[in-house]
Formats: sequence, structure tokens, C-alpha cells
Amino acid sequence: MIVEPDIETCSEDRLLAALTEQMNGPKWLGEMRGLARKRFADLGFPTTRDEDWRFTNVLPLKELEFSAAETDPSAQLEGCLFGSLEGPRLVFVNGFYSAELSHVGELPNGVQVSSVAKALAQYESVFKNYFTHRDTDAFAALNTACFTDGAFVRVPDGVAMETPIRIYYLNTGGDGATANIRSLIVVGENSQATVVESWSGRDTAYFNNAITELIVGDNAQVEHVKFQDESTSAFHVAGLHVRMGRDSRASHHSIALGGRIARNNIRAHLDGQGLEAVLNGLYLPCGEQLIDHHMVVEHAQPHCVSHEYFNGILDDHARGVFHGRIHVHKGADQTDAKQTNKNLLLSDHAMVDTKPQLEIYADDVKCTHGATVGQMNPEQIFYMRARGLTEENARHMLMHAFAGEIIERIACEPVREELDRLVWDRLEKKG
Amino acid sequence: MLEIKNLQAGVNGKAILKGINLSIQPGETHAIMGPNGSGKSTLAQVLAGRESYEIFGGSVTYNGQDLLDLAPEVRVREGFFLAFQYPVEISGVNTTYFLRAAVNAVRAHRGEEELSAVDFLKLMREKIQLLELDESLFKRSVNEGFSGGEKKRAEILQMALLEPTMAVLDETDSGLDIDALKIVANGLNHLKRANNAQLIITHYQRLLNYVVPDHVHVLHDGRIVKSGGKELALELEEKGYDWVTNGELQTA
Repeated sequence: MIVEPDIETCSEDRLLAALTEQMNGPKWLGEMRGLARKRFADLGFPTTRDEDWRFTNVLPLKELEFSAAETDPSAQLEGCLFGSLEGPRLVFVNGFYSAELSHVGELPNGVQVSSVAKALAQYESVFKNYFTHRDTDAFAALNTACFTDGAFVRVPDGVAMETPIRIYYLNTGGDGATANIRSLIVVGENSQATVVESWSGRDTAYFNNAITELIVGDNAQVEHVKFQDESTSAFHVAGLHVRMGRDSRASHHSIALGGRIARNNIRAHLDGQGLEAVLNGLYLPCGEQLIDHHMVVEHAQPHCVSHEYFNGILDDHARGVFHGRIHVHKGADQTDAKQTNKNLLLSDHAMVDTKPQLEIYADDVKCTHGATVGQMNPEQIFYMRARGLTEENARHMLMHAFAGEIIERIACEPVREELDRLVWDRLEKKG
Repeated sequence: MLEIKNLQAGVNGKAILKGINLSIQPGETHAIMGPNGSGKSTLAQVLAGRESYEIFGGSVTYNGQDLLDLAPEVRVREGFFLAFQYPVEISGVNTTYFLRAAVNAVRAHRGEEELSAVDFLKLMREKIQLLELDESLFKRSVNEGFSGGEKKRAEILQMALLEPTMAVLDETDSGLDIDALKIVANGLNHLKRANNAQLIITHYQRLLNYVVPDHVHVLHDGRIVKSGGKELALELEEKGYDWVTNGELQTA
């Protein structure tokens, strides 16, 4: 009898062995990392037996030959999006801040645009406040244990940051190069900010494991755009944890193109009254890609609005996963929560698992959810052909429309236009 | 201009059109009337090139070409136009953008220069007055959020933009109130030229009070069972479709 080596028990150890703690920090952080390291070892990588990972099998990730991604002074920013925008730019290469590629410039009074590693000493209390929770799953624990650096953005109370803040995360490592990135964005009361994240890398099987904490103060307005264009061989696991104060408005846009397996864990905590949260996403996997959005929106207070709009266009053997849970707590009356997930399948082999969920413990709420999965509508194509467009024109126009529904929700005009162009170019290449 | 000979077509092997003969000359307006299920819409869809219909026999010649051999978009570019009975909503596709693409596709086919966004807007502003449509509609997605009447009027607007030589109007009058009906009729009369033709497919005689046809045909069970002048429409209105379906006409 042949006994197969037990990959499940050893891949966590191999990973932890490859990653040494890179960052010197205060004692509390060291303790936190130690606990997280243990928790990751205990939890292990999730399997499809875990309800939250039922549709996303991370086995190919576990089989990587892990190594710690290293600094790369030869990295270039060329070809990255949003290059023509004004405003501060942070660049992280393989999980390390790149002073050469970053450019912060002058900032309004009190605004911090920096890296976690650099700011930790000065803003220890801020980090301590926001880094001490939510190691709920293995990837989050791994991140806490092993993160090297990430973006730190802090907009003080009453400041409107007019130019978007750009954050580039590049991975130039080889197969198995693993970067753990932890970012913190804190927007104070009555403040305003736009943050644009761009993820890209070399065409290798690297692994980015990221967490971004986004704190939106009372009556603040935040737009957060994540453009994920990783290598189609790479692994991307990212948690976005949003906490919102009363009367605030935040929108998160996830434009997901890359990754062999890309998993987005989005957790929104609606902690104040009268706030409005929009989670808006577009995913365009092709080939053998799998793109997964896993969201939980916690309505803890009355009079809050949350809307989730996710559209996917899937080609070849690609897979998409949408999991959206809206949890309306007791007392969160007058909640207005809406959730839609629409999918367009361009191939007979593409597949989507969609799971919109409502869990309601309050009275007097307005909650809707819905999901569609379908192919291109032949009635629409015929109508367009009957107006002189070729079938190819018609198909492209419909795809563009489907993607456009999501992209047009991005308020920041130059970002919206650039993404629109890029998505249009990518779709042009499809059938 | 349009010569339909013994056209037989249907779906899933079942014949709906059982031998249609119809000849339309430039400058003419024809009306086809018939009860539900007589094959009116099938005829319209077959002429426009709907692929779900099968052709069992016969021919359709349009300006010397085999119409049935042309792709739907080529038919349009060659000047054939169908106003849909149920215009399709296309969520996310801006109406102005869509119409400009359509107009430019036709223009390119004719060897004309493409219209810029500005020139197209000018052209559209001129045409929407004819149909008394609100400009704000054209900032919306194609047919989305349009009322029933607005959809039908928008079809005629598209016709005005594409300037077809052979237009088929599939029950464009159905569901319109009298004001909208007059606007549609006015539009059709306005677009009529000595070198183009219109084929109005309708269930009701009402539109024909405002658009006077040269020829009226009665369709029943996939065949044209009677043809005549405009007075045939009135006769039909008076006697009802029973007159057609009870067999009296077939023996006539």
C-alpha cells in the first residue's frame, strides 16, 4: 500500500518556516503575532468542508513551494494604471515599501500617507486600536503573524483630501513568493478621501495575502477602489474590514481581473446610525481563473443603507463565487439593504456559485436580494443586428453594458474613465 | 422593390407561412391585416432575418438580391428596416450611443463618412421633434424606462435616422392612444418618398385612417386570402375577422 504524503498538515508548517517575522515592533505586536502564528497553525488552510470556503478550493495554493518575497530594487511602476493622476502615491514591492517608486509630496494639514512600518512607532496607539481584532480565519491569522508592511493613510477630522491617494502593490517574486501586506486607512470625522489600490505582478505563481482595515469616521465620506490585476497564475487573498461611523458614506469598488485564485473577504460593520455603504464589484475571470467575493455586512444600528452590486463576466473554464450575507441585528430597524449578483457566462464551461443571504433579527426593514446567471440574451442581439450592428459588435456592446453598470458607480472621474477603457480593452479580446 | 414568392416558413418544422405572395413597388404603402395567429409577426421576423425561423420554400427578392441570403445586419445596411412589435430593452447600453453606432454602420456600408458625436446629436435633435419625444430619453438605456408609446415612437425615430428604402412596421399601432397614434402616423407620412416603400402590419384598421395604404392584404392561416385597395380595410373593420376566418373568403 502506498501512503501519500499528508500535504494538509505540512503546508502550513512549510509556509511558516519560510516566513520569518520581518518587522521589529512593540511588545504588544510581538505577542499578537505569536498568538496569530499559533492560530494559523491550529486552523490550517481552509478546505471545502468549511462552509465559507465551500466553493473555493485552495489546494493549488497549498502545493506552492513557499518562500518569503524579498525586496526588489529593480521593480518598475511602468504600465501601471492611474499614472497620470495627481496626488500622493505609495508603492509596495513584494510587501515592502519602495521609497524610490513612492511619491507623497505635499499633503493638507495633518494628513498622513506613509507605510505601516515607518509610522508604527509614532502612531502606536492608532495601530494598537485597530490591529487587535479579527483574526477570524486562517489567512487573517497568517497576515497578522507575518505581515511585513503596508499602507498607512490617516486623514484627520474635518479634512477633505481632494486628490485620490494611490497605493500600488507589486509582486515581482517567482513561484511561491509570499507577501503578507497589512494596510490601515483611517478617515476622521467630517473628512473625505478617495483611495485607489492597484494590485499587479510578474507572471508567476506568487501569493499575496493582504488585509486592509478601513475606518470611516462619523459623517465622513470615503471612496475605496480596488483594482486587482494580478498574474493569472498568482494567488490573491485579501480581507477588507470596514468600520463605519454614524452618518458616514463609504463605497468600495472591487474590479477583479487577475489571479488564478482570488478571494476577497469583505466585512462591513455598520456601527453608526444613518450611514450608507455601497459594495460594488466586477469580476472578469477567464481561462482557469477563480474569483471569489465573500461578503458579510453587519447592520448593527437603525436607519442604515447598504447596497451590494456584483456583476461577473466569465469565459472559458473560469469560475466565479459570490457570497453575500446581510446580517440585520436586533434593533437595526429601518434598515434598507439590497444585494444583487448578476452573471454573464460566455462559455458553456464557465461556472458561478452565487449565494445571497439575508439574516434578519429586526422589525421594519427593507431587504432584497437576487442573483442571475445567464448567457447573452439572443433577443437583444437580434434587435441590435436589426439596427445594422454585427453580432460581434452587439456582443461587445452587451458585455460593455454589463461591466459599465458597475464601473459607472465609481465617482472619481479619472479613475472611472481609465478603468472603463481598460475593461473595454480586455472585453474586446473576448468573443 | 420587394418580391415575395410562395414564401413558406415556420418553427420546429411546423409551417406558419404557407405560401405568401406579395409584390411591393417603390413609392407604395401596403397594409397587411389579419387576426391573431395568422402569421403576421412571423412574416415580419422572417423578413428581418430572425434565425429561429426556418424557411421551407419560396423566395424573397429585395432590389434584385436574395434577401433571405443576407445577414440581418446586412439587410438593414441595404435599406431594409423592421420596426419591432415589442422593442427590446437593453440595460446599460446608452440610447444615443447605440443609435449612433447603428447610423454609422449603415453610413459606412453606403460609403459615407461616419458622423461625429456632435453631428449625430444634431441629427437626432432634428428627428426627435418629428416624433415629439423628450431628449432625456436618449440619455437612458435603450428602451429602458420608456412607456409603451415611447417605445413605439422610438422605433419610428430609428427608422427616421436609418432612412430605409423598405420599412416593415410590425403592429407599431398596437397599444397606442390616439395622440401617440397620430404622431406615429404623421412620422410615417413624413418619411414617405417616391423611392421608398412601407409595409404596415396591423391588427386594427385604425392606423389606416391616418396613413392611407395603396394596397391592403388580408392574411389568414399563413396565406394572403384577399387583396384590395384601402376600402378593404374598412370592409374588414365593419365585418370583422370572422368574415375572413369563416371560410367565405377562401372560396371567393
